[in-house]
Amino acid sequence: MPAKKKPKLAVWKFASCDGCQLSLLDCEDELLAVAGAVHIANFPEASRAVEKGPYDVSLVEGSITTPHDAERIHKVRRQSKYLITIGACATAGGIQALRNFKDVREFTSIVYANPDYIETLERSTPIRHHVFVDFELRGCPINKYQLLEVISALLNNRKPVIPEHSVCVDCKLAGNPCVMVGHGTPCLGPVTQAGCGAICPSFNRGCYGCFGPKETPNLPSLSEQWQAMGVDKTNLVRAYRGFNAFAEPFRKESESHENG
Amino acid sequence: MNKDASTTGEQFRITQDQLQKLLDVLRDQGYETVGPTVREGVITYDQIDGVEDLPIGWTDEQEPGKYRLKKRSDKALFGYVVGPHSWKKFVYPPRQLLWRMHRDNGTQKLEEPSEDYPRYAFFGVRSCEIQALAVQDKVFMGSDYRDRYYALRRKDNLIIAVNCVEPGGTCFCASMDTGPKARKAFDLALTEIVEKDQHYFLIESGSDIGTDILSELKSDPATDKQIARADELLEKAARNMGRQLDTTDIKDLLYRNAENRHWEQVAKRCLSCSNCTMVCPTCFCSTVEDTTDLTGTSAERVRRWDSCFTLEFSYIHGGAVRPSEHTRYRHWITHKLASWQDQFGTSGCVGCGRCITWCPVGIDITEEIKSLQDSESLTSDEAKAKE
Ligand code: SF4
Ligand code: SF4
Ligand code: SF4
Ligand code: SF4
Repeated sequence: MPAKKKPKLAVWKFASCDGCQLSLLDCEDELLAVAGAVHIANFPEASRAVEKGPYDVSLVEGSITTPHDAERIHKVRRQSKYLITIGACATAGGIQALRNFKDVREFTSIVYANPDYIETLERSTPIRHHVFVDFELRGCPINKYQLLEVISALLNNRKPVIPEHSVCVDCKLAGNPCVMVGHGTPCLGPVTQAGCGAICPSFNRGCYGCFGPKETPNLPSLSEQWQAMGVDKTNLVRAYRGFNAFAEPFRKESESHENG
Repeated sequence: MNKDASTTGEQFRITQDQLQKLLDVLRDQGYETVGPTVREGVITYDQIDGVEDLPIGWTDEQEPGKYRLKKRSDKALFGYVVGPHSWKKFVYPPRQLLWRMHRDNGTQKLEEPSEDYPRYAFFGVRSCEIQALAVQDKVFMGSDYRDRYYALRRKDNLIIAVNCVEPGGTCFCASMDTGPKARKAFDLALTEIVEKDQHYFLIESGSDIGTDILSELKSDPATDKQIARADELLEKAARNMGRQLDTTDIKDLLYRNAENRHWEQVAKRCLSCSNCTMVCPTCFCSTVEDTTDLTGTSAERVRRWDSCFTLEFSYIHGGAVRPSEHTRYRHWITHKLASWQDQFGTSGCVGCGRCITWCPVGIDITEEIKSLQDSESLTSDEAKAKE
């Protein structure tokens, strides 16, 4: 094969915990292959050597929560041929989007001695609310195999195999007995997108919805079933207000049970 | 060796020890014995080495959307019905690597996975499940387009059937004419009889292999009284199904009702989660996933179970053919009970009840058909009222 120029990769951080970026470092065995296939030009978490753009691929972690970041993301977009958002913060606003349901100034006044110094937006929003996104990779955190799959697909000009069906499909493929039906444990699997390999049901826990809403999710029906199983409204609202609280279907459903 | 065991159809009486002997014989003959066993609070199908691996003294309570294991008051070995797994997973695994391709200096090398599949003895197969295997045989091997992988895995299966004397809460095999007694396509069939003072099994052979194996068990022929008792239990079971489905005119019923408003009612409840198709022992749909490694020097193709409840299933250029939930549910039930008949000359449903039990919101195929039937009689009543 003729030696191709390796695509330049950059990793960006916005409001987030770094967990998704760490999934890339966590690739361990595959990390050398990644380093062999792409030129990691900007990844402060891994190396202090930062090269200037433009970049072929940008992985963006985190949500937009400050006026400064709302501008910075446009700079990232301008320098990137492909922009891929990774994780629940970047794709749905993250856990910090819980502020979207309240008045953020109340929080800052409780948390900070001098809230006046805090410049923050009223809402935590996903990257696609600000710039065009080429691909969104879900999860809190993302699954490293899915990340490798997206990068491999991009490098080889093919569609990534990232299904948008329910966690239940993967749960059944794994041979798990359903915890909802078999144990009476409430599970968000039927409304959540697959991607984690159904980790929680594999350990007899209900799904927490880390990968956000699946395609065509039917939340009212699941809520009704949860309530029939004895979950009260407060806990129902809490279940939907996780890492993907601000993802539209979860947001709507949690709001419909609030003050109810 | 008991010479009487040379004919099929004749019943013999064996004890639990002889059942263990049966497992030993099968394993000595090189079979991998798989059967019901308790895992994570449910009865699944997995490797069983001895009788003690069976769910002894357990039963399953099943209703729409609910499954619970309960202790029985006796030590029955087969005192439950079917769980979330089916034998499908052994002959048509959820994920299967089809091939791998490697590129090296301009040459391409194809790597095909080993086809050295285990020889399974399926131990404790219910009558509806035998029929489900027969349905999948038609799907995968019944035409010129044989599925090689399925055929290879299916080739040497030995079927040790168990007749159901206690149907479950969501069973309706009697309606589908697929049970509760195994009538054909087994090598050996057992009926478990637990009385106050005795616990034994009637066993009959359904094939030459079955007859050979049976002859190693040194069993006595069953008495007329024992046979009559088994028949009595099985007849009672047929009358005590947890569910019923009136299959009269069912194909046309579904075709006639494609535009019934009822589908929208089901869609309000259906999560399009795909559980029903995954647990169904006859659902055969798969997709292939093509992936490459980072460097693009190897690629692989994997076949995995798919479901008509996903959008991608019916995706063609521009979008999914069945974007709304109601069209997906309608498609599923219509395929199972109607168009399957046109496609394969049999029903796609064997009445095992899994889709009812394992639907997280308890949508019940028999109830949905009843609703359609009722809606028709209602319209004709209304029509009469108008006259
Ligand atoms: S345990 Fe959860 S994810 Fe698994 S099948 Fe049941 S509802 Fe779906
Ligand atoms: S019901 Fe759906 S998943 Fe099952 S065989 Fe038919 S199309 Fe396939
Ligand atoms: S459609 Fe339901 S009852 Fe019929 S065979 Fe499939 S899982 Fe069993
Ligand atoms: S019928 Fe039940 S199991 Fe099937 S897709 Fe709908 S909610 Fe899921």
